[in-house]
Amino acid sequence: MDKIILQQAIPQVFVGRTDIRSEVWREHVQLERGKLYLIEAASGTGKSSLCSYLIGYRHDYQGQIVFDRRDIRTFSTSEWTLLRQRTLSHVFQELRLFPELTAWENVQIKNQLTHHKNDAEIVSWFEALGIADKRETPLSRMSFGQQQRVAMIRALCQPFDFLLADEPVSHLDAENSRVMGELMLAEARRQGAAVVVTSIGHHMDLPYDKVLKL
Amino acid sequence: MKLIWKLLRRHVSVGQFVGFFFANLLGMLIVLLSLQFYEDIIPAFSGEDGVMKNTYVIISKHIAAISGIKGEAQTFTDADIHELEGQAFTRRVGAFTASQYQVYGSLSMGGSGMGTDMFFESVPDAFVDMKWPANLPADEVPIILPRSYLALYNFGFAQTKNLPKLSEGVVSMIAMDIRLRGEGGAERQLKGRVVGFSTRLNTVLVPESFMRQTNSELAPHAQAKPTRLIVEVVNPADDAIASFIQEKGYELEDNSLDAGRATYFLKIVAAIVMAVGLLISALSFYILMLSIYLLVQKNADKLQNLRLIGYSPARVSLPYQLLTIGMNACVLLLALVLVFWIRGRYLERLWQMFPTLQEGATGTTILLGIILFLLVSLLNIIAIRRKIATL
Repeated sequence: MDKIILQQAIPQVFVGRTDIRSEVWREHVQLERGKLYLIEAASGTGKSSLCSYLIGYRHDYQGQIVFDRRDIRTFSTSEWTLLRQRTLSHVFQELRLFPELTAWENVQIKNQLTHHKNDAEIVSWFEALGIADKRETPLSRMSFGQQQRVAMIRALCQPFDFLLADEPVSHLDAENSRVMGELMLAEARRQGAAVVVTSIGHHMDLPYDKVLKL
Repeated sequence: MKLIWKLLRRHVSVGQFVGFFFANLLGMLIVLLSLQFYEDIIPAFSGEDGVMKNTYVIISKHIAAISGIKGEAQTFTDADIHELEGQAFTRRVGAFTASQYQVYGSLSMGGSGMGTDMFFESVPDAFVDMKWPANLPADEVPIILPRSYLALYNFGFAQTKNLPKLSEGVVSMIAMDIRLRGEGGAERQLKGRVVGFSTRLNTVLVPESFMRQTNSELAPHAQAKPTRLIVEVVNPADDAIASFIQEKGYELEDNSLDAGRATYFLKIVAAIVMAVGLLISALSFYILMLSIYLLVQKNADKLQNLRLIGYSPARVSLPYQLLTIGMNACVLLLALVLVFWIRGRYLERLWQMFPTLQEGATGTTILLGIILFLLVSLLNIIAIRRKIATL
C-alpha cells in the first residue's frame, strides 16, 4: 500500500460543528509510504477516532478514507485481517495488550501469527528498551511505561507499509523515548514504510516530513 | 494456538460445560437407545416369526345360518375385490385360492400311521413373508402350517395317545404322503414337506403356482372363487378398515390386526421417546450456546484485541469450536458405549422371551449418532463464528 488519502473525512459527532479548525478533518490529506508524519492534537479533537478509522475498527465518519484507490468502507472482514497482518501496524494508545500473559508472550502472540522476527531480534529489542529482565513478568505487574515498550515491540513484529503510533511515548522519559524513536524508525526505513505518530504534546523528536494539526 | 487458548480459556465455566455434557449425553442416549431398542424388538413382531407381514389383514364374508343353508356364495366377486382395492387404506389385495380337488394326507411313523382328509389354500407369493424353497424335487410340495396345528397335536393328540411330541425342526424333516384326487378319478401322489409355521395365517398354505397347476390339472371345470382375501393395508390402526368391514358385513379373521397394532404402537412409542431425546438434545444444545455466548461476551475485549492485531475470526473461533467438537465427540462415544452396554442387558431378557429373536442391525444407530454429532457440531461452529464476527 502506497497511499492513505482522507477526503473531506470528519467524525460523525463533529458534523454539525462550524468551529473545527483542522488540517486533517474536512481536508484532502495524503499520507505516503516511506515518509514520517506527526499529527499533533489537543484533547477531544478526534485523534483516537482517526486511528480507529484507519485500523478498520470504527466507521462512524463522513467523507472518504482511501487506501491506494480503494474506499476502506468496501473492505471485507478477511481483507481487514490481512491488512492488519501485513500492511498496517498499530501501536494503540490504550495498548490493547493481554494482562494475563507475560511481556514475552504478548509479543509472541503476534509474531506467531506473522513469523516476521526471530527470537534473537525480539530479545535485542527488549534489551535496547531496557526491559530485558521483564520478559517473563506478567504484563499486569508492569508499569504503563514498560507496557508501552512491549506494545511497540509487538507492533514491529509484522511487515507493514504504514505504522500508526498513537501516543507511543506518553509515559516514557526522554532517553527511552529517543531509543524507541530510533528503533521504530530503523525498522520502518528497513521496510520502506511510513510512520504516523500522534501526540498531544510530549512527542518523539524525529525528523518529521510533515506535521499536521488535527 | 497455545497462547490463544491460554487467553481464551479464562471464564470457561466448568459447571456449565459439565451441565451441557450430561444433558447432551442424556439426550443422545435416549435417542440412540430408543432407535436401537426399536431395531432389536421389531423382528419379534414382523420378523421370521410372523410369516405374514404385519400390515396384512384377512377378510372373509360373514357366515349366516340362512345363507349357509341356501348355499349362497360366501365367495368374493370381482366387484367386491375391486371395491376393496379402491379403498384409501388398501395397498393391495390378494385372494385365497382353495384347492378344487380332494386332498388326503398321511404320515407313517415307526410302523404306526395316521391319515386325514385335508385341503390346500394359496395366496399370491408377494403376500407371504417368506421365500418358498426353490430347489425341492418335482414330486414334493412345500407347505406352511398354522403353528396352532402343531400345538394341537403336541398338547392334545400326542399327550393322550402317548405319541412323541414334535418340534418344528422335526416336523420339517418329515415327508408327508399326499394324495390328490380330482374330477373323474384323476389322481396324483406327492410328498409334502413342511417348510414353515405361521402364527397368523390359519390355513394349509401351498405355493400359488402349485395351486394353479394342480387345479387346472385335476379340476379343469371347477371355478375357484376366493372365500377369503388378504389385504395389505397402509396403516393397520386405521379406523376406516374396521368401519368398512362392518359396513360390508365382512369378518376379520381372528386378531390379524393385533400384531399390526402392536407394531404401530411400538413405532409411536419409539417415536415419542426419540422425540423426547431430541428435545433434551436441543435443550442441551441451547445450554451450550448460551454458555459459549456468555464466554465470548466475557472475553469480548480479548477477542477484539486479537482481531485488531490481525487474527481472523476463524482463528479466534477455533479454540471454542474445538472445545465444543471435542465435547460432542466425547458425548457421542460415551453414548454409544452406554447404548451397547444397556443393549447387552436387555437382549438377554428379550432372548428369554423370544428365543429365536435375531439381533437387529446396529448400523442405523451408529449412523444416527454420527449424523447428530455432525449436525450439532456444525451448528456450534457456525454459531460461534457468527457470534465472534459480531464483535
